Amino acid sequence: MMRWVSLAAAAALVSSLAVSAPVQAQETSLPRQNWSFAGPFGTFDRAAAQRGFQVYKEVCSTCHSMKLAYFRDLEGIGLSEEQIKAVAASVTLPDIGDDGAPIERPGLPADHFRSPFANEKAARAANNGAAPPDLSLIIKARDGGADYLYALLTGFSTAPATMKMGDGMNYNKYFAGNQIGMVAPLSEGRVEYADGTPASVNQMAKDVTTFLAYISEPETEMRKALGVKVVLFFLLMTGVTYAVKRKVWADVDH
Amino acid sequence: MAGLHKSDFENPVINWIDTRLPIFTMLQKEYGVFPTPKNFNYFWNFGALAMVTLMIMIATGIFLAMNYTAHTSMAFDSVQRIMRDVNYGWLIRYVHANGASMFFLVTYIHIFRGMYYGSYKAPRELLWILGVVILLIMMATAFFGYVLPWGQMSYWGATVITNLFSAIPIVGEPIVTWLWGGFSVANPTLNRFFSLHYLLPFVLIGIVFLHVAALHVTGSNNPLGIDVKGPQDTLPFHPYYTVKDSVGLCLFLAIFAFFVFFAPNFFGAADNEIPANPLVTPAEIVPEWYLLPFYAILRSVPSKLGGVLMMFGSIGLLFVVPWLDTSPVRSCKFRPVYRWFLGLLVIACVVLGAVGAHRPEGIWVLLGRLGTIYYFLHFLVILPVVGKLERPLPLPESISKPVLPRGGGPLPAGAAAKPMEKA
Ligand code: HEC
Ligand code: HEM
Repeated sequence: MMRWVSLAAAAALVSSLAVSAPVQAQETSLPRQNWSFAGPFGTFDRAAAQRGFQVYKEVCSTCHSMKLAYFRDLEGIGLSEEQIKAVAASVTLPDIGDDGAPIERPGLPADHFRSPFANEKAARAANNGAAPPDLSLIIKARDGGADYLYALLTGFSTAPATMKMGDGMNYNKYFAGNQIGMVAPLSEGRVEYADGTPASVNQMAKDVTTFLAYISEPETEMRKALGVKVVLFFLLMTGVTYAVKRKVWADVDH
Repeated sequence: MAGLHKSDFENPVINWIDTRLPIFTMLQKEYGVFPTPKNFNYFWNFGALAMVTLMIMIATGIFLAMNYTAHTSMAFDSVQRIMRDVNYGWLIRYVHANGASMFFLVTYIHIFRGMYYGSYKAPRELLWILGVVILLIMMATAFFGYVLPWGQMSYWGATVITNLFSAIPIVGEPIVTWLWGGFSVANPTLNRFFSLHYLLPFVLIGIVFLHVAALHVTGSNNPLGIDVKGPQDTLPFHPYYTVKDSVGLCLFLAIFAFFVFFAPNFFGAADNEIPANPLVTPAEIVPEWYLLPFYAILRSVPSKLGGVLMMFGSIGLLFVVPWLDTSPVRSCKFRPVYRWFLGLLVIACVVLGAVGAHRPEGIWVLLGRLGTIYYFLHFLVILPVVGKLERPLPLPESISKPVLPRGGGPLPAGAAAKPMEKA
């Protein structure tokens, strides 16, 4: 009868593969990268994530918000408490003063990142009608995840002559429809890395993707570490209960 | 002291309680010594797995509800707060989200078990019907739950599914307005869906109780599909099946945990990580995998009303399966013809699942129609007709004496009626 159980399991597997097929089909053209955080034991490359934060701060954050993230989340990519305080304090945030009047105050580690625009309409107006999406969950919110973001950031080029581009639109090989309202944000040497890493477009794309992967799923490392223990525990218990089962059933004629 | 229960328990405290409220006697009778056929295979684990999963869903759901805000302007962010700020909130949410998939996986296998071994036949028809009610309520619960995080797929899924009711002539539109609590899917819709999502699992508990109560009246079916002839055919539920269910449960939890910790978004849709936006329609609106076959049936019918009727009909049919099946034999082990058709039904359901995930273009239209036709043909024609025409294999005399000589001599080991592989 185990034959049947495995058959059912196989059927379930086939169906789930078939179900995820449309996603796969779209991804085929996405080049796959080696991510430090991939796989059951993967962790975030701290240096890459910190460089990525620099790219976000100096480039992306002029247009994109990251509303769900806190300054204190930077602890997860290896920043010290002092560094986080300094990063937060370098930003002023709108608040209400004790007298009820609007004020601006320096940020604290427990604050959310500041959004570049007051609201979506302002964001749209400043960007030729296309609102830059929030990046807090960007890796989870696109099929292809990190590979997609990397491909998008490195996929800008001049449009093929046959293609009629809309006003203010840019050609991108990996964006759906190939016309995106974002100007290629990265160019050779766009940032100057403190650790001396040469800031090529590919390097910056890889770094900022690592950073945004962390921001999208800050629990990743904890989740995987706990997961190894939990899965092993249940597998062990399967073995133990199976042994007990054999023993209990040993005297049954069946 | 008339009316008090005479309890056999030694422990004075248990005895005192049991005398006044014989729950210990009941537990002992229904789960301790309960006579259970001795030839179950591991397919008989899945009812218990479904029960455990229901408990897990309720437990995690209650903790999620403590931190969730059912308002269109806050729902998405409140779920993200659970993921980021609540201690182990990500764990609770991922267990709940993947738990829904596990629940359906387990229940579908449980239903397949019932079909393969003819567990729906007399005297277990009502038990089966209660099972189909459970399935329907599960689907409603899962649908409402999927709306709660208020992502793009939540919003558009809710819009598409509630709009189905507009296919009903005359009263359709008013019904949709009534369901929405307004003129589009909006805050009143989210609020009532949350209320119902919290309510239905408790209704489920009630029906599962009846389901199990009915099971304990008829007794369990078994892989041979023949009736229990006497005590030599059964074992007390405890310890034999408590331990056997535990083996399956541990393996199940290992698989469940694998998804929760290492592939938590495997069953999810990327679009649902984008906050709901009534002005932007996602490229494709796809329900969760466990509803895909029914979604495929819906879209395979060229008329909207026809599609809706066929979709609900495909589940409604399950209610009358006990009367559509004309075969006197329960287990497919002894039904050499029907078991192939049942295999085809499984394939049809898997194909329909794939169809549901794709845009209805090209080959998928054809596959969807073929799958739908086979699904209905199976229940409405094949099930009644094959039962009449098929010559079942000889049934064993009893569970403990399973081998009936075919054509005289003793059968070689591993013959058709071998009760169970040593597991
Ligand atoms: C000058 C403003 C600007 C800057 C700087 C900028 N973006 Fe964008 N970005 C946009 C706009 C506008 C859109 C919306 C494009 C559209 O929808 O056509 C966008 C869209 C995106 C998208 C969504 C693509 C999709 O699949 O929908 C991603 C991801 C993205 N940007 C990442 C980044 C990253 C990472 C950086 C920093 C390296 C960055 N952007 C810098 C303006 C900007
Ligand atoms: C919430 C979901 C469900 C739970 C918790 C549940 C629970 C159970 C349990 C504990 C048993 C006894 C153990 C076993 O035989 O596996 C059982 C038996 C059974 N269930 Fe379910 N069940 C569920 C859904 C369903 C559905 C959807 C159907 C059918 C449409 C169904 C049909 C049956 C039948 C026919 C039996 C008797 C099986 C036999 O003895 O052969 N169940 N169920």
